[in-house]
Amino acid sequence: MGAYVIRRLGYGAIVVFGVLFLLFILFFTVTSPDDIARKALGERVPPAVVEQWKINHGYDKPLFPAPGQWADNMLVEHYRRMLTFDFGRSDADDTPILERIRKGMGPSLALTIPLFVLSLLVAIPLALLVAFFRETYIDRAGVILAVLAMSVSVLLYIIGAQYLVGKVLHWFPISGFDSNPQVVVRFLALPIMIGVANGLGGDIRFYRTVFLEESNTDYVRTARAKGCGEVRIMSRHVFRNSLIPLLTRIVVAIPFLFTGSLLLESFFGIPGLGAITVDAIQGNDFSVLRTMVYIGSLLFVVGQILTDLSYALVDPRVRLE
Amino acid sequence: MESHLISNGIVLVMLFGTAATIWAVRRSRLWSSAFVSLWHRRRLALLVTAVYVGVALLDSVAWVGGDSLGGDTVSLHEARSVIDRVFGGSQEKSYSAPLATTEFYGGRGLRYPGGHWLGTDMIGRDVFYLTLKGARVALLIGGLTSLIAIPLALLFGISAGYFGGRIDDVVFFLMTTLASMPGLLLLIALIMVMGKSTLAVCVALAVTGWVGFCRVSRGETLKLRELEFVSAARALGVSEFQILTRHILPNLMHLVIITFVLMFSGLVLSEAILSWLGIGVDGSWGQMIDQARNELSRDPIVWWNIAASGAALFGLILAVNFVGDALRDVLDPRTVKDEK
Amino acid sequence: MTALLEVTELTTRFPMAGKEVPIVDALDFEVGRGEVLALVGESGSGKSMTALSLMRLVPKPGRVASGSVRLDGEELLNLPVRAMRRVRGAGVAMIFQEPMTSLNPVMRVGEQVVEAIRLHERVGRSAALDRCRRLFEQVGIPDAAERVHAYPHQLSGGLKQRVMIAMALSARPRLLIADEPTTALDVTVQAQILRLLRDIQEETDMSILLITHDLGIVNEIADRVAVLYAGRIVETAPRTALFENPMHPYTQGLLRSMPALALSGRRLPEIPGVVPSPSDWPTGCRFASRCSKVMAVCEGVLPEFRVQGPGHDVACYALQEAASRGEKKGVQQQEGAS
Ligand SMILES: Nc1ncnc2c1ncn2[C@@H]1O[C@H](COP(=O)(O)OP(=O)(O)OP(=O)(O)O)[C@@H](O)[C@H]1O
Ligand code: SF4
Ligand SMILES: [Mg+2]
Repeated sequence: MGAYVIRRLGYGAIVVFGVLFLLFILFFTVTSPDDIARKALGERVPPAVVEQWKINHGYDKPLFPAPGQWADNMLVEHYRRMLTFDFGRSDADDTPILERIRKGMGPSLALTIPLFVLSLLVAIPLALLVAFFRETYIDRAGVILAVLAMSVSVLLYIIGAQYLVGKVLHWFPISGFDSNPQVVVRFLALPIMIGVANGLGGDIRFYRTVFLEESNTDYVRTARAKGCGEVRIMSRHVFRNSLIPLLTRIVVAIPFLFTGSLLLESFFGIPGLGAITVDAIQGNDFSVLRTMVYIGSLLFVVGQILTDLSYALVDPRVRLE
Repeated sequence: MESHLISNGIVLVMLFGTAATIWAVRRSRLWSSAFVSLWHRRRLALLVTAVYVGVALLDSVAWVGGDSLGGDTVSLHEARSVIDRVFGGSQEKSYSAPLATTEFYGGRGLRYPGGHWLGTDMIGRDVFYLTLKGARVALLIGGLTSLIAIPLALLFGISAGYFGGRIDDVVFFLMTTLASMPGLLLLIALIMVMGKSTLAVCVALAVTGWVGFCRVSRGETLKLRELEFVSAARALGVSEFQILTRHILPNLMHLVIITFVLMFSGLVLSEAILSWLGIGVDGSWGQMIDQARNELSRDPIVWWNIAASGAALFGLILAVNFVGDALRDVLDPRTVKDEK
Repeated sequence: MTALLEVTELTTRFPMAGKEVPIVDALDFEVGRGEVLALVGESGSGKSMTALSLMRLVPKPGRVASGSVRLDGEELLNLPVRAMRRVRGAGVAMIFQEPMTSLNPVMRVGEQVVEAIRLHERVGRSAALDRCRRLFEQVGIPDAAERVHAYPHQLSGGLKQRVMIAMALSARPRLLIADEPTTALDVTVQAQILRLLRDIQEETDMSILLITHDLGIVNEIADRVAVLYAGRIVETAPRTALFENPMHPYTQGLLRSMPALALSGRRLPEIPGVVPSPSDWPTGCRFASRCSKVMAVCEGVLPEFRVQGPGHDVACYALQEAASRGEKKGVQQQEGAS
């Protein structure tokens, strides 16, 4: 067990190194520090100003290691900063990035955790139901509805629901956020509902396929042959075995709760990490963008490790070694 | 730039490609029976898809000259497509509702009263015309991206699966690394560093999209490599290259088709999100939807713009999703039982 | 007293190439009380489908289309679902071809047997677990007390099949269907499992419908044999009669290489030609394409069963012709020539 975890962490570390290298390629060579400076300052500034900007923002070293500069270059500096969470200041407005991330996490989680839990609570029972009625009209209707729901762009969900619920029905405020939990519920209700609705089609289809695959197995036939009823087969045999593939999708999503939702947050004025990213896009804020990709990847790697470990919980065949 | 000539050339190549595909499909019993059964199961979805493709093609064939529509002399010197020529000459000054005879705000008379089936947008362009033009953009996004992503995925997937060893390690590491970066964020980062352009969007979508298919083709190649006919070919001294092109690649074709169709709708939907973030492709339905956000908060609201682009987007994605689902059932026997 | 299981005209259809093909076609057979009936046939002949039809567990889109299955005189095919569930396990139990995948991988084996017990009897969990331990001992699982807590992947194939047998016995069924219970196992383990089945049968006096490829197994434990070819039974006979005097050309072909079959565990010997696939079965005798005695009549209509000896029924035109010998010889040759 211990050895397995260490090996798994080791591979995770290698992947993070790879991600950082890719980020370096993208943010230091495809777009060079000079490009970034000119995006921030404008095209016609004199070179001296660009150099000064680069010094202020810590872009002033040579990009790659060279003799005599093995440690003192942007590549090493990039790894050092990212790995120590020393993210520096925004290219656009000079605010400390780590500070912003810390502030954004709360609102993001306030949106994503209920969204995540609610999605599971709605999608899994519905998928079980559809799978239970396989090969009937309920199943067929369920699948068609799921495809219909999947074919609608998120944008339409958001715009439509915002218009309908916020403007026509006046149930909820259209956008905003508040640190008071009682008030914030009113702000979050609509984005959460939209998030659930948007993911529902794909989720149901995925879970249904998993449940159906498990229902076609030999051990389900054995259970039938010993006299099990269909409800019991679904709840005790199929569901427990389905947890294995389901976990892959579920556990991996957990770390992403921290990065929030780009669309929902910026649409509904929730000051989370997603909204910060959208601001970064609009403001050509490369340092913030780079940091967000890095944090997202880091969380993903963590999620993968968690998924692998969680298999051991639901599948007795998996021994972590 | 004579971009319209390139566009015409691509259309020509595509038509030839389609003809060649049809010819090849008709010669193979497996494929032709697959398509017959697809046609029986998803006739409507196939027809709808064909209409979209047709509009996109009509919008891709362009030439200079001809009548100047709407008295606009500049247009005489621009290459204009069939769609431009038929629907493009009815510029107004501002918003007008579908089939209206006057402008929406202010009530001034229109130049073409009752001539705009779906109304006009803020700067007076015909919404029906814009919606038609969106088809070409959507197909361009899906097609160009797949054209980059699928060969890339096949190349890496097959070599990793077939040769194994170091190559496999490297490809696997590359896939894990890319898959570890949150899709949308990586997509945004790529477009930001490459600069906003249609090509940048497609390249970015390809880079984020190829991994899934690479994994599938790697796995399938691993399986095929162990099959008897491949070992037999190897024992007979058939070259590696021939084994790859004669035995491995044709057996991956059904996966290529399924992936292409299933990937397509995801790509077009992603572009809509990108448009909304301000980094999409010009003229896409996503952009029209994005513009419509403000229109819904006007009073009275302007609804036809978002309705037209939203419906066009939904129709295409729905049709493609239905075709893709059926295609998977027809071509991939493993899932036939579950999905029926 | 009637037989324990009476099957008449049992037909199971699968939609295939646009029509509903009878994979199991109008089967008639009986299993007597305390009798071991062996159902033999090549791969794909419909043995497993027959078994699943009896249990009403034919996978969709297949269905039992017609016929009758009576257990102790009770018709199973039109029993309400709930009542049928009580029959499964307690009336007719089944063990499957693939012990590797037939047990739920995430449940302890004891738990799975306990579930089977408690589905049919109101007993507490611990009482059921005790009974499970005794069943495990009965089927010869060593360290039964601990093995009940094992997961399937921790057991060997032979032990898994023993667990399956224990599970099948748990509700004291009147009929046990064993669908190739040893095919997936090593030769030595095969013999042990067969001996176990025979011992249990003798102890409990339950009936067994044994499905197999393997004539060696048939010779060891069957009382009677039914030979299945392409969804039809072609010959039924008491074991000794079948081995000493096989009458159907297909059965004769099977037995011709019997010396080689002295070692149990061999598959059925190859007969030249291939089994026609269900979607293009001929209208006449289904064996016609491979039969050395084929005649013109064979290709017209399916041959009917005729009694050829005590308990020995065969469906073949050659025998019917032979029975009405002599005067028709000329006709036969004419027909054969045309
Ligand atoms: N789910 C299914 N759908 C369609 N046809 C099926 C299905 N399952 C089985 N069949 C067909 O039914 C026929 C009989 O199958 P069955 O499994 O009963 O054969 P079997 O005699 O048990 O063979 P084996 O010795 O290989 O187990 C086969 O020809 C097979 O093609
Ligand atoms: S009926 Fe005819 S073809 Fe069939 S087994 Fe008898 S002789 Fe052969
Ligand atoms: Mg079988």
